Amino acid sequence: MDLIELCLLGLILICGIATCLQKNLMVSLIIFMAYSVIMSIVWALLRAPDLAITEAAVGAGISSLLLFITLQKIRDLKRKDASNDEKTNL
Amino acid sequence: MKKRTFKEWLKQWDQGEFDLDRGEAEALHYRPETQEKDDDSWAHRPVRGLREGEYTLFVKVYPFAALLLASVMIFFFMRTVAELPPFASACTPANQSEVIRRYIENGLTETGAVNIVAGVILDYRAFDTLGESHVLFTAATAVFILMLAGEAEPEDKRTRRILEADTVLSVTARVLFPLIVMFGFYVILCGHLGPGGGFSGGAVIGGGLILCSMAFGPERISRLINMKTYRGVVLCALLFYSIAKCYSFYCGAHHLETVFSPGTPGMIFSAGLILPLNIAVGLVVACTMYGFYSLFTRGTV
Repeated sequence: MDLIELCLLGLILICGIATCLQKNLMVSLIIFMAYSVIMSIVWALLRAPDLAITEAAVGAGISSLLLFITLQKIRDLKRKDASNDEKTNL
Repeated sequence: MKKRTFKEWLKQWDQGEFDLDRGEAEALHYRPETQEKDDDSWAHRPVRGLREGEYTLFVKVYPFAALLLASVMIFFFMRTVAELPPFASACTPANQSEVIRRYIENGLTETGAVNIVAGVILDYRAFDTLGESHVLFTAATAVFILMLAGEAEPEDKRTRRILEADTVLSVTARVLFPLIVMFGFYVILCGHLGPGGGFSGGAVIGGGLILCSMAFGPERISRLINMKTYRGVVLCALLFYSIAKCYSFYCGAHHLETVFSPGTPGMIFSAGLILPLNIAVGLVVACTMYGFYSLFTRGTV
């Protein structure tokens, strides 16, 4: 096996573990995106270019984007929640 | 501080009490230091419905349980991988099943598709793919029903203004958007000649549209894609797909001869119905991806 493939597989492992262990959800999502990008390179090296294109477009692009938007929405809700709580408190 | 239960919270959300008129009041009470403390980390935040002791127990047990579950899954996956035949060995299923051998040996002449994957999923197994695309359509419809159930949210003007003013984003989008969309069309149109196909190309185009919408505001895209065009495109594409493949109902799904000849393999207009089917699937996927993004951000398409 090539050195570069070993490096990529190691990076995938590191990214996967870091995604789980990271407590900040935003950083966790960015690592997850990196995971998808590396995975698409691995698909290309495994002679599955179809999967590589799909993984790059869907995994790294659209699904991460939807997760980012969901995170932003949750934050907005939480901020409003906190401000409402403060108002009732005052 | 008054704590609300999740049910009350949902009720308020449903009645639209979290509207944006409170933005000014929120700005008055906005305190960065408290905001940063409960920003995103979930570890120190109490879980609803758990008492203090139970919560610490939960935090202690959770990593070990997750580790155990992951180890069991890894064990089973590794065992499965160890049982796979080595690459290009004589005992792979491709050498034993006559169906797969037929696909590999005669696929090029029978379907005219250089990309054997496209030949299988859009010609030999097009009937299965038709069912799959209807499953996808049903799932997308369910998402649309769920997201359009409430009233459309008022737009968060602040976020959008910030996004539009971002120089890096707009300049990058101006350079990348044409390239991304061109690559997406290439992947769709050459799906029968090389790697790619309707789904991946459509996803690439959808990503490009999302980038454009983020950089230049959703109004520009909504001139191109709104609810009306979305409905029209999806209806036409799925109808075309169904009509093109409905004869499988009558010939028992084991047809091979079509009125469309395979043509010369390697040419762009070859491989019979595969190219138009790829275009139909790509249009549906691109519109659906952008529609999902638009629903998530603005609550409407």
